[in-house]
Amino acid sequence: MALIKKLKAVKINQNHLLGIQDLSLSEVLHILDEAKTFINLNKSSSKKVDILRGKTQINLFFEPSTRTQSSFELAGKRLGADVMSMNIVNSAIKKGETLIDTAMTLNAMHPDIIVVRHQDSGAPNLLAQKVNCAVINAGDGKREHPTQALLDALTIINRRGKVKGLKIAICGDILHSRVARSNIYLMNMLGAEVNVVGPKTLLPHSIERLGVKAFTDMKKGLDNCDIVMMLRLQNERMQGSFLPSAREYYEFFGLTPDKLAMAKKEALIMHPGPMNRGVEIDTNLADDINRSVIREQVELGVAVRMACLKIFCKKTL
Amino acid sequence: MKEKYLVNARIVDPANSIDEIGGLIIDSNGLIKAVGKKVKNGNLPSDIEKIDLKNNTLIPGIVDMRVFVGEPGFEYKENFRTLSNAALSGGVTSVVSMPNTSPVIDNVSMVDFLKRRGRDKSKINIFPAASLTKNTEGKEMTEFGLLKRKGIIAFTDGVKAVQNPQVMARIMNLANQTKALIMQHAEDNILSEDGLINEGEISTRLGLKGIPALAEKIIVERDLAFLEEYYCKYHISQISSMKTVSVIKRAKEDGKVFSAGVSINNLSLTEDDIGDFKTFLKLSPPLRTEEDRISLIRGIKNGIIDVIVSDHKPEDEESKRLTFSQAATGASGIETLLPLVLELYHNKSVSLNKLISAITINPAKILDIKKGNLKKGNDADICIVDINKSWVVEKSKLKSKSKNTPIENRKLKGQVQKTFVKGDLVFERTS
Repeated sequence: MALIKKLKAVKINQNHLLGIQDLSLSEVLHILDEAKTFINLNKSSSKKVDILRGKTQINLFFEPSTRTQSSFELAGKRLGADVMSMNIVNSAIKKGETLIDTAMTLNAMHPDIIVVRHQDSGAPNLLAQKVNCAVINAGDGKREHPTQALLDALTIINRRGKVKGLKIAICGDILHSRVARSNIYLMNMLGAEVNVVGPKTLLPHSIERLGVKAFTDMKKGLDNCDIVMMLRLQNERMQGSFLPSAREYYEFFGLTPDKLAMAKKEALIMHPGPMNRGVEIDTNLADDINRSVIREQVELGVAVRMACLKIFCKKTL
Repeated sequence: MKEKYLVNARIVDPANSIDEIGGLIIDSNGLIKAVGKKVKNGNLPSDIEKIDLKNNTLIPGIVDMRVFVGEPGFEYKENFRTLSNAALSGGVTSVVSMPNTSPVIDNVSMVDFLKRRGRDKSKINIFPAASLTKNTEGKEMTEFGLLKRKGIIAFTDGVKAVQNPQVMARIMNLANQTKALIMQHAEDNILSEDGLINEGEISTRLGLKGIPALAEKIIVERDLAFLEEYYCKYHISQISSMKTVSVIKRAKEDGKVFSAGVSINNLSLTEDDIGDFKTFLKLSPPLRTEEDRISLIRGIKNGIIDVIVSDHKPEDEESKRLTFSQAATGASGIETLLPLVLELYHNKSVSLNKLISAITINPAKILDIKKGNLKKGNDADICIVDINKSWVVEKSKLKSKSKNTPIENRKLKGQVQKTFVKGDLVFERTS
């Protein structure tokens, strides 16, 4: 009963989860509160509830993904929804169908929620204009990956109790990272101080305007930080056009014990995965159970996605 | 035909320093016989046609230096007939059509086809531009000399810039021999590769790859360096940034002779208008910051920028209903060019005389055509505009075949009422 009352008290104004930029603080807190209720369920022996029984969830992935797609699939199934995952890499889009036509086709099957990942920034926004159900962005181009940021926030809250007042460093390829952008918006909204750290060629234009301090000296960027978020450096960035070499990158921007020593003693290490060990992060640090919360991020990812599916699916009831 | 007496108008003709209440007489051959305050409403001969302009403003027919027509190859986007209707309702009587058709306008055999189609299907004056390089590939130059003899008055690769400096240097070197006008769309393709909007805070927020202002500046600086060695008639089609305005200002102060244009889009919109991925605002050059827009307006005011163009680029709905990165580039604009230009007059940014010059006599001089000028003996190409008439842009009411206006629902002040070409009344607004 108490839970139901609480749910009614908070209103989500959005019909879709397209980006952190669209959410208010109270909406974010509502999603995180809801996610907390699923953490223990996911650890229990019977993990399934029937909140979304009879609902249809379509995972529409235009880009290959392992962890986000399986996390959303599991989240939907644990809530009792019928989940269909479509990998577009070898389907109609290849035959020349436009995103809108694909959307209209799927819409005709009356899904209740569509989870979409697309290589083009803004694709979920376009999709959301054309379908009758809720759309959840599972990563679009270089723009946003809202559920990743939400699960990062939940991980931090789980360990530190709150985000407010913490100093968070996001390190690596900021330019091409939707995870970085969503986290910048979310951590700022939750009251953290955010630094971004990376080589000049991988820092986006006017990044300070998003409310962060930018550093090209990693030690300065990590100074006195509570949280160190590392980003994946994609292979194609290392071959001379953005960076001289993987070796030089690791020397200046790889997370190593000597650089981590600049952060607070108890600072946590995070990574959205998949990791390049020895490229952006020292392999021992990645596995250090006292510092690294990388596996916990994956675990809480399912809870966050269950919360998002529940909240946004309810919206269209 | 009978002589026409157009009376009761404010005549604005910058070419002849006229801004006065008066009228205009069109002779029986469609040529201008007299203009100005001496043409009075009273004591008119009996065998003439009198047209009362009811205190509206009479300006020379607009000369638009940058227009895309879909013929041949993209007739579903725009054909000569629809372009002509759209142009006339915007007071445009002469256009330079870009060569980016399919096939590209790059050889003499295409020119006759275009001229014939333009003459048969449209009521406006079509001046086709030919490409600078074969198939606009930037490698081998086209036959400027032969094309010019066929009546081509301008050469450009349209949506592309000639990237290879060696090719560009040779083009400029050779162009002078035939006095061919070279028009460059200034953009370094490597710097702007995969770019979608202006590089800055908005591109960072939207996660769209940016096009740096430097991509434009670098090509302008390169070409101006060539101009010192190989003088020719050189025109920069459209500039978009404050950085380029400074380069041009300095070069003109140094005495270099060339001209520059700007798209009305870059004078009336900024990157902030892109909002939630509005693909109708995906343009080339991209919309930039408010600071850039202001500097472009000052450029017009100070004469650093000579010409305003519509950059009319019709794109069908299907090409725009895509993700931002996949959507086609360009906006329809020939019908709203004049009212958007008048916005700068109404908000007191630039004088009416300067603005009308930038869409009439300035482009005509650069193109070396007898247009944009109400001199006695010229073709009576005339636009009658109610400069204070308010209206709202509705894409369904546009005459262009494609409806990709970037200013849907914008309230404009100034509406074309009548358009004459060679003395014929070819457009009259009914509502």
